[in-house]
Amino acid sequence: MAPQQPFALFDIDHQLSPEEIAVRDTVRRFVADRIRPDIAEWFETGTLPARELAREMGAMGLLGMHLDGYGCAGMSAVDYGLACLELEAGDSGIRSLVSVTGSLAMFAIHAFGSEEQKNEWLPPLARGEMLGCFGLTEADFGSDPAGMRTSAKQDGDDWILDGSKMWITNGNVADVAVVWARTDDGIRGFVVPLDTAGVTVNEIHHKMSLRASVTSELVFDSVRLPATAMLPGVRGLKGPLSCLNEARFGIVFGTLGAARDCVETTLDYALAREQFGRPIAAFQLTQRKLAEMTVGLGNGMLLALHLGRLKDAGIVRPEQVSVGKMNNARTALDIARECRSILGANGVTLEYPVIRHMNNLESVFTYEGTNEMHTLVVGQALTGIPAYR
Amino acid sequence: MKIAVCVKQVPDTWAEKKLTDADRTLDRESADGVMNELDEYAVEEALLLTEASGGEVVAVSMGPDKAEETVRKALQMGADSGIHIVDDSLHGSDAIATSLVLSKVLADKGFDLIIFGSESTDARMSVVPAMVAERLGVPQMTFANKVEVAGETLKIQRQTEYGYDEVESSTPAVVSVVEKINEPRYPSFKGIMAAKKKPIETVTVADAGVDAGQVGLAAAWSQVDQFSERPPKAAGVKIEDDGSGGVKIAEYLSEQKFI
Ligand SMILES: Cc1cc2nc3c(=O)[nH]c(=O)nc-3n(C[C@H](O)[C@H](O)[C@H](O)COP(=O)(O)OP(=O)(O)OC[C@H]3O[C@@H](n4cnc5c(N)ncnc54)[C@H](O)[C@@H]3O)c2cc1C
Ligand SMILES: Cc1cc2nc3c(=O)[nH]c(=O)nc-3n(C[C@H](O)[C@H](O)[C@H](O)COP(=O)(O)OP(=O)(O)OC[C@H]3O[C@@H](n4cnc5c(N)ncnc54)[C@H](O)[C@@H]3O)c2cc1C
Repeated sequence: MAPQQPFALFDIDHQLSPEEIAVRDTVRRFVADRIRPDIAEWFETGTLPARELAREMGAMGLLGMHLDGYGCAGMSAVDYGLACLELEAGDSGIRSLVSVTGSLAMFAIHAFGSEEQKNEWLPPLARGEMLGCFGLTEADFGSDPAGMRTSAKQDGDDWILDGSKMWITNGNVADVAVVWARTDDGIRGFVVPLDTAGVTVNEIHHKMSLRASVTSELVFDSVRLPATAMLPGVRGLKGPLSCLNEARFGIVFGTLGAARDCVETTLDYALAREQFGRPIAAFQLTQRKLAEMTVGLGNGMLLALHLGRLKDAGIVRPEQVSVGKMNNARTALDIARECRSILGANGVTLEYPVIRHMNNLESVFTYEGTNEMHTLVVGQALTGIPAYR
Repeated sequence: MKIAVCVKQVPDTWAEKKLTDADRTLDRESADGVMNELDEYAVEEALLLTEASGGEVVAVSMGPDKAEETVRKALQMGADSGIHIVDDSLHGSDAIATSLVLSKVLADKGFDLIIFGSESTDARMSVVPAMVAERLGVPQMTFANKVEVAGETLKIQRQTEYGYDEVESSTPAVVSVVEKINEPRYPSFKGIMAAKKKPIETVTVADAGVDAGQVGLAAAWSQVDQFSERPPKAAGVKIEDDGSGGVKIAEYLSEQKFI
């Protein structure tokens, strides 16, 4: 029997329409042409030509692809998921750039913005001429954002924003941030052009994960914003949480891309690498690893597609997305580690994508709700008891 | 300007290509079908020309049912409509029959240009464009790495081994392109959505006004009687250079009839 690739074993393509396959192929080709040749170097040097890539992604329709109107492509949730999967097969950092711009910044403006805000920001963001970021987390408030200290106070018609946000993807390359702040009227979102006086953006260095992604601290020192900067459509934590739910959905698919790339690389390697006179793929221990990983990957994909179909039907619930994020981020990280072991010493170098994916997935495991938080969300869904507070 | 682009579906470039045991024709089922790579450059060129000066692009493919995917791909890239020539009698057609059917379908439709890739990756005959031009009685402007149209004058740079020739003709004309000519675009997501609504006309051999007896395996001018698989790669020969390395390499190459 000829060797099969993991998704072929599951006949995943059978679940996809010709248009979905076309979307996938377009993104896959972009990743092959534009990301794969340079990604190891970007990772090693901690750089990313974010603006250049954004314009190419914009031309393709990737940024805000699942939103309607305002220059966005209006694709389905499954299309969006498949695009995230292919991007993350290149690198989680590349997928992060797209998630944060499309699902966090653009989604927030699209869902909660005024007509003026949408017309001003969405078309240039969709074209990739501008980049967006999303500021929720603070140094002292991660899993528990309700405690945030960043505040906005009214001064006449204007708002004065003070505080800081930490771990903000795209910060140093973005033109605009959606920032969540405490007000007398509860938590509200603000659209903040990053060239506004009083805004400082500091890049976070020395990351061992998502090195091909820009992560920053945003500092707001009495930043004066007009009344029109506030997102009128939402009040309270449900604003940022609904954005996160969008981005998490992309991660449910995305993580599988990183895992697929690991398994495919490892399959090739295990078939070619010989020890004791035979390919290491011929040893039962290796085959067990390959089989377990492939089953995990295929199950994750079936789950992702199921959630995608529910989302396209408009009936997916947040705790279901938590099931997907919890399972797929963990599965992908486990797969990456297992693949690393099969690659032996070669597995620790950037010659192969595996340790890069493995390190990246540590961030993905933590951001957009840690694995523990999603576990507790699922626990609450089952028992009705919130165990996290 | 009205432009036809001929696009062929071929087995995925990296897939192992096989002949079927039944009739020794290419096994088109065993591998995924993709648009012949050079034909993507042909589509791109047609789109660039019409984007610059207006007009319409029609993608034309002859092939089995699933070749419709390749027509659709051209529509996703931006072509306006498609023609899919599909008929059981076409199975096993040679280059002569392929060019006959294509030329019948392309004739009298008012195309100013008919753009081809210069070679397919499966059969690699590199003759279909020239044959179609001959059958239509129009200039054959092949192996172009640059195309310019001004009014009814067509200018191309024909890629040669050492540089290029400048060639000029009137339109209508047949053009085939080489990969230096442009960088084919990815279908954008808007393109993928829009292509769902673009029309693809299905044409049979009878519709094309061709007698089924002139096409297909039985009508082919040559036949594959038998085939065998390429022998597995043998281990290389290592020549130690003790001063006579050059001579030994030359002897080896001439023994293998490479020189
Ligand atoms: C590379 C990267 C990019 C990021 N990009 C962004 C961005 O663009 N925008 C943004 O707003 N944020 C971003 N984040 C922040 C991310 O969302 C937070 O790191 C995440 O929410 C976790 O917060 P924390 O790091 O403060 O961890 P903490 O909340 O301090 O958690 C530490 C540990 O304690 C556990 N824990 C916490 N509370 C409980 C509980 N009740 N029960 C059980 N366990 C618990 C956690 O699961 C975790 O294991 C990014 C993070 C990284 C690493
Ligand atoms: C094993 C084998 C043996 C063969 N033996 C013979 C033989 O002995 N004699 C013979 O004449 N042929 C033979 N064929 C060739 C086969 O019939 C060709 O597929 C067919 O004739 C088209 O030619 P091509 O693909 O070589 O086109 P090429 O001339 O290489 O293609 C140039 C361009 O023509 C266009 N084009 C070609 N085919 C189509 C199409 N179907 N629809 C739309 N556009 C198209 C495309 O733009 C393409 O880029 C053989 C094929 C195989 C696999």
